[in-house]
Amino acid sequence: MMRNRLVNVTVWVCLLALAGMVALHARYTADLSAFLPMAPSKAQRFLVDQLREGLASRLILVDIAGADATIRASLSNSLAIRLRTTGAFRSVRNGESVGLEGDREFIVNHRYLLSDRMTAEHFTVSGLHSSISDSIDLLSSPMGLIAQDLFVRDPTGETLQAAEQLGQFNSQPRSIDGVWVSRDGKRALLMAQTRAQGSDTDGQERAIEIIHRAFHDAQIKGGASPKAPLVLRLSGPGVFAVQARTTIQHEAIRLSILSSLVIASLLFFVYRSVPVLVLGLLPVVSGALAGIAAVALGFGVVHGVTLGFGVTLIGEAVDYSVYLFIQSALSDAANAGNAPNTGVTAWAATFWPTIRLGMLTSICGFATLVPSKFPGLAQLGVYSIAGLLAAGLATRFVLPSLLPKNLGLGIALPIGRGFARALSVLRAWRHALWLLPCVAVLVLYAHRDHLWNRELAALSPIPLAVQSLDAELRADLGAPDVRTLIILTGKTSEAVLQASEAIGKSLDTMVATGAIASYQAPSRYLPSAATQQLRRTSLPSAEEMAARLKSAVKGLPIQAARLQPFLRDIDAARASGLIRRSDLVGTSLASGVDALLVRRGKQWNGLLPLQAARSGPYAFSVDTTRVKQAIASTATNEVEATVLDLKNEADALYSGYLSDAMRLSLLGFGAILALLLFSLRSARRVFRVVVPLILAVLAVMSGLALAGHALTILHLVGLLLIIAIGSNYALFFDRESSLTNSNAASRMLASLLIANLTTVIGFGTLAFSSVPVLASLGMTVAPGTLLALLFSAVIDSNARKDPECLIA
Amino acid sequence: MLGFSTFECSARSAILAFTLTIAVPCMVVGAALVPSADNGLADLMNRLALRQHGHVSFVERQFLGILDRATETSGELLYDAPDRLEKRTLKPKPESLILDHGTLAIQRGKYARSLSLRDYPHIGLFIDSIRETLAGDLAALNRSYTLAFKTGSDGWTLVLIPRDARLADLIANIQVSGVSDEIHMIEFRRVNGDHSVMTLSPLPGT
Repeated sequence: MMRNRLVNVTVWVCLLALAGMVALHARYTADLSAFLPMAPSKAQRFLVDQLREGLASRLILVDIAGADATIRASLSNSLAIRLRTTGAFRSVRNGESVGLEGDREFIVNHRYLLSDRMTAEHFTVSGLHSSISDSIDLLSSPMGLIAQDLFVRDPTGETLQAAEQLGQFNSQPRSIDGVWVSRDGKRALLMAQTRAQGSDTDGQERAIEIIHRAFHDAQIKGGASPKAPLVLRLSGPGVFAVQARTTIQHEAIRLSILSSLVIASLLFFVYRSVPVLVLGLLPVVSGALAGIAAVALGFGVVHGVTLGFGVTLIGEAVDYSVYLFIQSALSDAANAGNAPNTGVTAWAATFWPTIRLGMLTSICGFATLVPSKFPGLAQLGVYSIAGLLAAGLATRFVLPSLLPKNLGLGIALPIGRGFARALSVLRAWRHALWLLPCVAVLVLYAHRDHLWNRELAALSPIPLAVQSLDAELRADLGAPDVRTLIILTGKTSEAVLQASEAIGKSLDTMVATGAIASYQAPSRYLPSAATQQLRRTSLPSAEEMAARLKSAVKGLPIQAARLQPFLRDIDAARASGLIRRSDLVGTSLASGVDALLVRRGKQWNGLLPLQAARSGPYAFSVDTTRVKQAIASTATNEVEATVLDLKNEADALYSGYLSDAMRLSLLGFGAILALLLFSLRSARRVFRVVVPLILAVLAVMSGLALAGHALTILHLVGLLLIIAIGSNYALFFDRESSLTNSNAASRMLASLLIANLTTVIGFGTLAFSSVPVLASLGMTVAPGTLLALLFSAVIDSNARKDPECLIA
Repeated sequence: MLGFSTFECSARSAILAFTLTIAVPCMVVGAALVPSADNGLADLMNRLALRQHGHVSFVERQFLGILDRATETSGELLYDAPDRLEKRTLKPKPESLILDHGTLAIQRGKYARSLSLRDYPHIGLFIDSIRETLAGDLAALNRSYTLAFKTGSDGWTLVLIPRDARLADLIANIQVSGVSDEIHMIEFRRVNGDHSVMTLSPLPGT
């Protein structure tokens, strides 16, 4: 006997150490991948790419308020200079023009390859006449002062045309004193693009720290007066991710410390012994380590979100030791004077089968999560199964060997009796309980359209205030809040650029009709070689050009002889090479191409972000059907074009997870029914066990619906936990009928009440979290398990007997 | 961004000239319609300081060396104290040029851009000089230009010659002339020989 125990403890310690080793060496990640499908479709892969490293995902919007416009402007400039030197950012823009001389020179030199107007007609006599005439109009306008220097070289205004083409996409924010400001002029604005990927939360956090430090330094150097301090505000996807992570970490730590303290106090009140209290945590620790180790071994990487969800395991694991301690103490008391630990032996015979069945039921429930396409959920399934098994086995085979000889726990008896009396009062109302499903079904039916929230934003841990700051800054900056993208995939960059040009033509019509506000295209920065060649061949030979120019200037206040530099430039352009990607280095055109034309393995991807119109019938939402038509009419064999609506795609992804999870949960429920039927071998008993759980789930769902909460995947996990934890209660009540000893019944009631209280405290504190993800889990599980306990007790068949006889 | 940038960096002189074409006329518009018995420069300056708003029409003829004929544009000039100047061209093509808080906004047809004068420190100085002038600060105007003020039987003439070397490379002189209380003409002479003559007249109904 003694040796047996020693073996058990030794094996347990070894396994624990092993699991600890695995957990210690596991790879943990806090990036988005927990939410991304393991086998993504093509659109989903693009979505993932965009979320991870897309332009928009790297954007940090900076806002400086306070002091006066001049101080803000100088701070904006010194902040921008500091940030540019850190190397943490791809670009920092605040309205100050930097490094643009290179752009101008490049555009002037390559104007005949860049300008969209370069067709054969453009340089006919009449074409030349009208464009030179326009340029003369421009000369006499104030803008002419700009055009004047170039006029003799570029009388057709191709430089201006190329510059306008390139600038089309961007509406400039308002600026005061040379720096961007908000529309009301009271805040200075900057846009920074991080080098770190959007999904690299650590990298984003470093970038944010750098901004804060630079702002602090700039303020000190700038000698800002303490009377009018400047206030820095940041926004953007990376900022959100970092904030969310920090909040969740802080809240999770704060709330788990709080609930641990309350639970520990409660257990101490019952156990009156610190060693017993500590022993009670052993199954929890074993479960957590086993869970992490299983996930690490099964998936290779452990998501932060899994750990977060997994904490909920404590809710059930801590119950096991409560059952053991209180229920075995009962046997001790009953067999006082006999050999120590006979209580445990009796417990193992009497109660363990019930707990084992409860554990298997829970495992059935969680097993259904394992095949989920949502990696976070699949990991939660594995974590919970391993964790519950470890906690259960530790409770059964390890804890008893470590228990002190006489547990006492006399207090359990009065607690159980009090609970029994309260239950007898409640049982008088038990018939009213049958109203509950009727009401719940009505409520759920009334809310059927809004019962589930299928938008990914439902899971967003970002408070509303932060979201509105972001919207405000984006509106001020005209920052691309790109929702719709056209993605081109081809074998060569040339093929992709050609497709980009073809689709661009269709998009131009959409812009002209107001269907979209604007779009960006890689071919705008780097025209395809074919197009460049076409433009180059549209330039007439020197003699031909001279002759045409002579006729073209007839009737205009300019002589052809003055335009010799133009003829020289045309001749040079005819002999010049085409623009290659490498030629763009050093200009801001390069960053345009780098962002929009990317190589992925053997494939090239071109991105064409569309910006929704700000007014009209298509305001704020791009009509994707029209875009698809536009693409279809320009489809080529070599290049595949896909329209991606980032929000719809993300929502569809999440909605898919949700449906998937719902389907699997129902399947799990079926498996639980089968398991119960197999173990209890009585449909009536299965019914008695299952009905209280169903009622609790219905009550919680309709309660949440009435309170205006649309259910998310987290609520679903919560409902699953209600079944998992509640099934233990129901099984105990099913077992209660076979208890002959009234003290045994009281102690069992006490153990259930205390186990339930720890669960309610644990999840109840989560319900007050400001992080929606944690709050929804808390507000589902806390009331749900309490109701499951009460319903199980009230519906219990023993109620037919006089409840007092149980404790008499 | 790119179109904008290309413009922004296109020759500082152009920006400067830009500013001149709008700022100098507006600067004097402020005082153009104020009745006065004495047209002395100090008095002119005093009245400038009092003006909160000005609005006149203009016709501008430009003589550009590169063109065979003069070109003509017309429109309105507006000034609002202390920082807003506007040149609104109506013919032959609508165009507007607004200098507001150090930002120069250009609109011509679909083309709309704004330039920051702060990117060009010497222009910043120049803008300051206009502000000071509008505020009636004769001393400040004297710091930026050599001033010659003469009166004759046919009215008065104020000639401004830039002191700043970079400005002087571009602008030979600016000549403002008027009769009694009204400015009639502003002439710019560029160093390269180009020049423009802007004739001002009160708007009908004002």
